[in-house]
Amino acid sequence: MSSLEILDLKTHFPTPDGIVRAVDTITLSIRARETFGLVGETGCGKTVLGLTIMRLLPPTATVEGKVMCAGRNLLEVNEAEMRKVRGEEIAMILQNPTTSLNPVMRVGAQIAEAIQLHQGLNKRDAKEKAIEMLDAVKIPSPSGRANEYPHEFSGGMKQRVMIAMGLACDPSLIIADEPTKGLDVTIKAQIIELIKKVTEKKAMLLITHDLGVARELCDRIALMYAGELVEYATLREIFEDPLHPYTRGFLGSLPDRGLVPIPGMTPSLIDLPEGCRFHPRCEYATDVCRQKHPEMIEVEGGHFVRCFHARS
Amino acid sequence: MKRHDKHNSRVMGAVARVRESRSAMLGLTIIVLLVLMAIFAPHLSPNDPTDVRLGDRLISPFTESKYPLGTDHLGRCVLSRLLYGARISLAVGITVVGISTVIGVTLGVVSGYYGGISDSVIMRFVDATLSLPSIFLAVVIAGMLGRGLASVMIALVAIEWTSYARVTRGSVLSLKEKEFVESARSLGARDSYIMARHILPNIIAPVIVVATIGMAYVILAAAALSFLGFGAQPPTPEWGAMLNAGRVYMRTAPYLTILPGFAIMLLVIAFNLLGDGLRDILDPRRVVVE
Amino acid sequence: MIDYILKRILQLIPALLLVSVVSFSIIYFAPGDPAETLCTGPDGSANPKSVEEFRIKMGLDKPLHTQYLIWLNNVLHGDFGYSYQSENPVFDHIKKAFGATFKLSVVSLIISLAISIPLGIISAIKQNSPVDVACMVGASLGVSMPNFWLGLLLMLLFGVYLHWLPVAGYGDGGDLEHILLPAITLGTGSAAITARLMRSSMLEALGQDYIQTARAKGVSERIVIGKHALKNALIPVVTMVGLNFGYLLNGSIVVETIFGWPGIGRLTVDSINMRDYMMVQGCILFVAVLFVAINLLVDISYRYIDPRIHYEAA
Repeated sequence: MSSLEILDLKTHFPTPDGIVRAVDTITLSIRARETFGLVGETGCGKTVLGLTIMRLLPPTATVEGKVMCAGRNLLEVNEAEMRKVRGEEIAMILQNPTTSLNPVMRVGAQIAEAIQLHQGLNKRDAKEKAIEMLDAVKIPSPSGRANEYPHEFSGGMKQRVMIAMGLACDPSLIIADEPTKGLDVTIKAQIIELIKKVTEKKAMLLITHDLGVARELCDRIALMYAGELVEYATLREIFEDPLHPYTRGFLGSLPDRGLVPIPGMTPSLIDLPEGCRFHPRCEYATDVCRQKHPEMIEVEGGHFVRCFHARS
Repeated sequence: MKRHDKHNSRVMGAVARVRESRSAMLGLTIIVLLVLMAIFAPHLSPNDPTDVRLGDRLISPFTESKYPLGTDHLGRCVLSRLLYGARISLAVGITVVGISTVIGVTLGVVSGYYGGISDSVIMRFVDATLSLPSIFLAVVIAGMLGRGLASVMIALVAIEWTSYARVTRGSVLSLKEKEFVESARSLGARDSYIMARHILPNIIAPVIVVATIGMAYVILAAAALSFLGFGAQPPTPEWGAMLNAGRVYMRTAPYLTILPGFAIMLLVIAFNLLGDGLRDILDPRRVVVE
Repeated sequence: MIDYILKRILQLIPALLLVSVVSFSIIYFAPGDPAETLCTGPDGSANPKSVEEFRIKMGLDKPLHTQYLIWLNNVLHGDFGYSYQSENPVFDHIKKAFGATFKLSVVSLIISLAISIPLGIISAIKQNSPVDVACMVGASLGVSMPNFWLGLLLMLLFGVYLHWLPVAGYGDGGDLEHILLPAITLGTGSAAITARLMRSSMLEALGQDYIQTARAKGVSERIVIGKHALKNALIPVVTMVGLNFGYLLNGSIVVETIFGWPGIGRLTVDSINMRDYMMVQGCILFVAVLFVAINLLVDISYRYIDPRIHYEAA
């Protein structure tokens, strides 16, 4: 059973310089209790995908396609119902905990807010629950820290608060956007451990540019490049049998695989290359790659790739 | 030479952006028109602004072609007085802002460039002045010095220079750390050379912004002081003084209240619009919020 | 916190000293001998004998710095001298006038905030809409409009033409009828500044990440704006409220003079006109100390409102 199904989703932003195709025809499904990794370089549109699911985009964005959750298309429900979805059914842990926590509200109150809203608890009970959540994410002396302000927390602790806030109403799906960005190695390992534990029984969409983190947490991984998915398979297949040159390049840039960067730059989402979007950076590119845009093909059960040369 | 070109292109860019900023253009247009009126006041005025004709007292505007905007309680031509008034307001503004700029920029550069004791003394002075109620201070200074525009200008300079000193010092402090200043210094350039060649050209932009908004403030404050009776004395056709004289006749001749006040507001708003526009254009740190 | 307040008070000492020097030296600004100046009323000079008596009584025959110290000592003991006009202590006059100014300032501030904060918020939410444009044009006019002109126009409209409100005066101890026009006149400038600030700080707050976090929790837009954004956006506005008091104090000079409001501004102007110089000294000193005290209060309250600053001080 899938927890979330995304069908032909397109998110475009009209700007004076042209249309930014941040999410361009993406289809994927997240199964119940699985952790799905969405991996790509900065600026490939991964965060926009997350915000599209939550319908948190600025009004200028145009969205097409379907986001199916519990039998309905989230893109079509009214705003009041969408508010119930946010936090209660799907929680999104935004990136940058430092700027994503309200600086003038106490941490406990920020967590309690969603609890009060969705579970109808009174202020005191909601605060009790918020303290429980802080305890669950292993913040020491949670009842005292609930009364503190975000700036009194370290970066790792703020990330824990963000996670507690996401978990507060026991959503069935969590979207975590770069939960380990900017943390140093030991803190990062702790946060990964924590996420692994608290999302054991939940579906999660993990958005990251860090394949190392994805390797620790994910059951399946999709690689995103210039607004579209280029490869999509189980964790094992991605690491052991990567088919797309971009995936291979990305793996090659991991520290334990030689730190070889992918040559070239990510294309602008306004001015995308003709043909395969990766061809200017691809060492295997041929004429067909320059002329035709490859479709996603299923090379074996559940392993999809967008490349003309995947099996040659 | 290259640096010079770059500077030029930056200036040209700023000019282009002023053209794009509608409010700045509106402000600039009003200022240019009023400056022209002030310059050509003797040619544009239908009458002598101080000519008393008791037989023509309190004529309403638009009733007699000889006095397009009517006459005041002494039968003086309101239009002529307004035109000459522009001269006074602009002259007071330019004088006060000019002197304040010279004092403020000099002290600001000294304060920022040398630091140390001179910096502490100057900045204490600036902080203390800024923590005082400026108009009160100006009223008292002008009042004690004796009535007249000179007193008003002295009082306003005493307050106004601090803004320039503060802005200049801030810019100098940030420039001092810049590579081109450091490299000039390491090449053995004299302080005076560094100041003239590297520091001054780069503090022009922020000082222009402060000066433009300062013009608005000074014109308004000078008019207020004259309105209170401390500034221009009769028969000088100063707008604030005209307003003060006219308000006695508010019931019978409201135009004597309305017209000079409108003139003051027009000039003040023009400098404010231009100043706000320039600040948006010249301040690279200010990101335009979509 | 106490440490911080003490530190700030210590930092104020240079400003207060400067204030005292300025107030003291005011009599030297006037042309002529200070003893003569201080004995001079609207009727002209006093006779030479009484001037000489006065000179010795006030210590004006001593060197300048001694004079200053004597004067400062008197002031610190609450002795601001006597009004030449009424022969009552200067401080009594000031106390009475300050009551009227305080009343006017508070009403102005309430009017100003009641207008500017909602307008600023609406402008920010409906950015670039006709409502926003109208508010911001209004704010530009409000900033640039001479308050003496605005006061006279209001007087003309509501007092002379419509007869809704009294043209001027203090009425029965400064009743609502009499306070309304001067308070609106005084409040317009600060309302314009506050509305602009409220708009820009609201726009900034609405663009922050924590706003998205609140939305992601399922919080309604009304609460996102009214709670999450507003709480942050109000911080700079609250600081401005203190500065506004200073602004209002400055404006009171003109407004009180126009509307015949017996406050400290009018007292200052009248004293200058009457050549009641000890009164002028007292007024400027009082207003300046008040100004400095307000700035201090703002600083302290700022620390209560913004938890981040509180932390840095600790």
